[in-house]
Amino acid sequence: MVDIEKANALAVEKFMEARPVATTLVKALDIVPGMHENMLLHAGPPTTYETMSGPVRGAMIGALLFEGKAKNPEDADKLLRSGKIEFSPCHEHMCTGPMAGVISPSMLVYVIENQTHGIKCYSNLNEGRGKVLRMGAYSEDVLQKLRWMEAVLGPTIKDALEAMGGIDIRALLAKALHSGDDGHNRLDTASIIWTTQLAPYIAKTAKNTDTAFEVIKFLGENALSILNPVMAGCKTMTAAGHNIEGSTIVTIMARNGTDWGIKVSGLGDQWFTAPSPIVNALYFPGFSEKDACPDIGDSVITETAGIGGFAMATAPALVTFVGGVPRDAINTTMDMYEITEGEHKQFTIPLLDFRGTPTGVDIRKVVEKQITPRVNTGVAHKDPGVGQVGAGVVSAPMKCFEDALIAFADKYGYN
Amino acid sequence: MATFKTEVRSGVYYDSAKLMSLQRSLAGLPGILDAGVVMGTDSNKELLSHIGLDTPEVRATKPDDLAIVVKAENEKAALEALAQVEGLLAARKGGSDQEYQPRSIESAADMLPDAEWVIVSVAGRYATAVTREALRLRKHVHLFSDNVSVENEIELKKEARELGLLVMGPDCGTAMVDGFGLAFANKIRKGPIGIVAAAGTGLQQVATRIHQLNSGITFGIGTGGRDLKAEVGAITFLMALDVLARDDDTKVIVLTSKPPSPKVAEEVLKVARKAGKPVVVNFIARPITTTRDGNLFFATGLDDAARLAVELANNPPTLSGDGDLPIKKFTPKQKYLRGLFSGGTLAYEAQHILYGYIPRVLANSPINKEFQLPDAFVSQENCIVDLGEDEFTQGRLHPMMDNELRIRRLYEEARDPEVAVILLDVVIGYGSHPDPASEIAPAIAKCIADAKKDGRHLEVVCVACGTDEDPQNLNNQIAQLKAAGALVDTSNEVICRYVGRILRALAERDEPKAKAIGKPVDLEKLKKPLAAINVGLESFSANLKDQGAPYVQVDWKPPAGGNEKLMNILQKMKSPRK
Repeated sequence: MVDIEKANALAVEKFMEARPVATTLVKALDIVPGMHENMLLHAGPPTTYETMSGPVRGAMIGALLFEGKAKNPEDADKLLRSGKIEFSPCHEHMCTGPMAGVISPSMLVYVIENQTHGIKCYSNLNEGRGKVLRMGAYSEDVLQKLRWMEAVLGPTIKDALEAMGGIDIRALLAKALHSGDDGHNRLDTASIIWTTQLAPYIAKTAKNTDTAFEVIKFLGENALSILNPVMAGCKTMTAAGHNIEGSTIVTIMARNGTDWGIKVSGLGDQWFTAPSPIVNALYFPGFSEKDACPDIGDSVITETAGIGGFAMATAPALVTFVGGVPRDAINTTMDMYEITEGEHKQFTIPLLDFRGTPTGVDIRKVVEKQITPRVNTGVAHKDPGVGQVGAGVVSAPMKCFEDALIAFADKYGYN
Repeated sequence: MATFKTEVRSGVYYDSAKLMSLQRSLAGLPGILDAGVVMGTDSNKELLSHIGLDTPEVRATKPDDLAIVVKAENEKAALEALAQVEGLLAARKGGSDQEYQPRSIESAADMLPDAEWVIVSVAGRYATAVTREALRLRKHVHLFSDNVSVENEIELKKEARELGLLVMGPDCGTAMVDGFGLAFANKIRKGPIGIVAAAGTGLQQVATRIHQLNSGITFGIGTGGRDLKAEVGAITFLMALDVLARDDDTKVIVLTSKPPSPKVAEEVLKVARKAGKPVVVNFIARPITTTRDGNLFFATGLDDAARLAVELANNPPTLSGDGDLPIKKFTPKQKYLRGLFSGGTLAYEAQHILYGYIPRVLANSPINKEFQLPDAFVSQENCIVDLGEDEFTQGRLHPMMDNELRIRRLYEEARDPEVAVILLDVVIGYGSHPDPASEIAPAIAKCIADAKKDGRHLEVVCVACGTDEDPQNLNNQIAQLKAAGALVDTSNEVICRYVGRILRALAERDEPKAKAIGKPVDLEKLKKPLAAINVGLESFSANLKDQGAPYVQVDWKPPAGGNEKLMNILQKMKSPRK
């Protein structure tokens, strides 16, 4: 009989020992494992054209336009339907993508290297808020921005990162968590630190001062600049704890706007999925819950690694998203202690006497206590081409965890 | 020459207040002269060099590196200090306050580590699992829930006994600890009396009467009404009794129970006799054959028990053990009583009294048919023979007139190497033999002497029934019997109780030493100020709050939402807490 406790302790130890560093940016086709010319990556568990959510379809249309594989949205949609394009979850390629999470072959991706375990993960560049590809928008202005990012933003950051020898994502996050960020939905501080660390090197390595000005301005104004490297960084942590025999710790949580999916350390590559819930959110003017796409994106990798909604107690400003009071933020974190294996050694919460954040979701505890992970997240419009409509909190569907528990019992003989 | 040791941790971040506190803690350790704990920024490194703490390792650090450097009297002190860094960095597991209701006992225990008790009042079908979880976390349990099967009760109590924990219940309405009431309980002042009760309102009645009589209690430990049933075998009751026996503040113990299994009741009393302090017993429906047996005081009811306990607490009785008994003089083989009676009623009373001490006494005229001596002429085990019965008197005189048959039987019994005690009655008066002692005493003397030659001590005891005005003269008879070496008393009861104590002591001498089962309850921990975790009825938390006891209410929900299949899997996957 396996020693579950030991396996879980090991998995979470690996989460915490992992030390992700952002080192450079490289074209996806050249570095992402398994990537090919006719592949599009997307967020969450596997999807098909038929079941695909609006934002994913919109983002894929935009990606094909960006790649020059289609001349207009109709052609792009036809191409998607044709079967000539392979859809694959980011997570199956050591990638993570926020919201629709679409990564196409010629996009630049951050290389985040877990220097403790030698694991590399990847994520694309963040486009900022508003009408963006990751929310399923594909209008000309969206594509314009993508082209600028590939031509100017990405290469400039790449040069700066290489010149400075990389940025330690874990240390940066630990600081940000002490300054009001949760590490997922609120990354204001982290993005400022990120920009502050990059800026001197951008000033030094950028083609000209105009470029430097443009890039630093874009980074500084985007409170989510660091979201993508953070996500890939979190993936390098949880990936280190994956495939540990007998562990009931969740190593992937992800959603594609249709399904919520998880993977469990001791259960190999099997996805456990359930329909994705609607987010309890505050909506932008003119939008309501009727417009919302069900929960979407790989960004819940942050909660998987022990931050985001789990660190809510340290980011009380976020409770305004659900009309709550700071006490609710603390209680959210306290609830997450109920379903996690450990407390993070690096990420701590001053308000709770520097207690570590709840880390390593244990499917046993989730099912026993009937508490699922709480996630802080953005909300996309359900239709392709519209974009973000709000932000809020959501709880993972219980079914994923119950199915995983039964599969675990089957595999390890606990029936 | 001071030693410097440096530890560098890469890619970690702690806020400066935390680091300063670590630095202060390190500097205070034995043998440490100075310590520096900083992130490896240029300004920090400069700072360290100013105070002479810069080492080559420190100089090589980067801003994301945590540098810990100690200056120590010797290498050992330096290494020991660095070994403590992890522990000093670890945060306390506190919530910011008590406004959060934890969802599990485990989290509640983290929030209130001083809680030694978990009060469980969830629905019966979940109560076993919740209790088991509390035990896993090494807590005593007040199990208020009912509808817990007796099988589960036994399992839980055995598990608890192994861990030195009390499971009070199931269906235990009340308990009083340290002046606080758990669940249904009265406000009873603290005092010298400890109560163990397999009876909820029994406990309340005794405790309140004690309070009304101006005394008070140390503990009121409920065990659940089934504890003294044969299946459960008084597991919690005996543990609680042991606690009170060891507790110096408890001067008098009260034991009370709903009608117990007679066998289990005797087991409990056997243990209670060794408590070393007065024990008042009130087991409902258990017949009382005496008001006092050594340190045991038998009450006629709950109120009487309270009254007796208060009286004993106010006027401690002298407790003499079994030191007056000749147990050590017997050979290991000697263990039996042979009672040779001439009087029928005296023989019956002897049986009746002896049953209060040992479970089995055979007789040719038994009170209880199952103790029938198969052949009146052949003694076996412990037995009482009434030689006035028909089988002996056919064709001969009654033994009150003719001693011959009894003396012959006396010699026979005295030769039996398994016999320890011989009990005789000598009844005088008009109509009886003119001087029975003149025949019986020499026989007794010879029996004792013969046994002595054989290396045995024979205890001969006689009840002499008569007066000094009888023709035979009682005093004269007693003098002869005593001179022969017999112990004589004019009370059959006194003599029989003396014999009973000898037989009980012999039986216990021969019992295999009972292996201590389980682990004793940690008395020190039990006597700490009460703090409790409450799972179930919120009103019990309110009670604790009113009494000023620290508590945590658990926001408990049925595990796995009550899904049997998932609950089953989870149960199988559970392992003991690290």
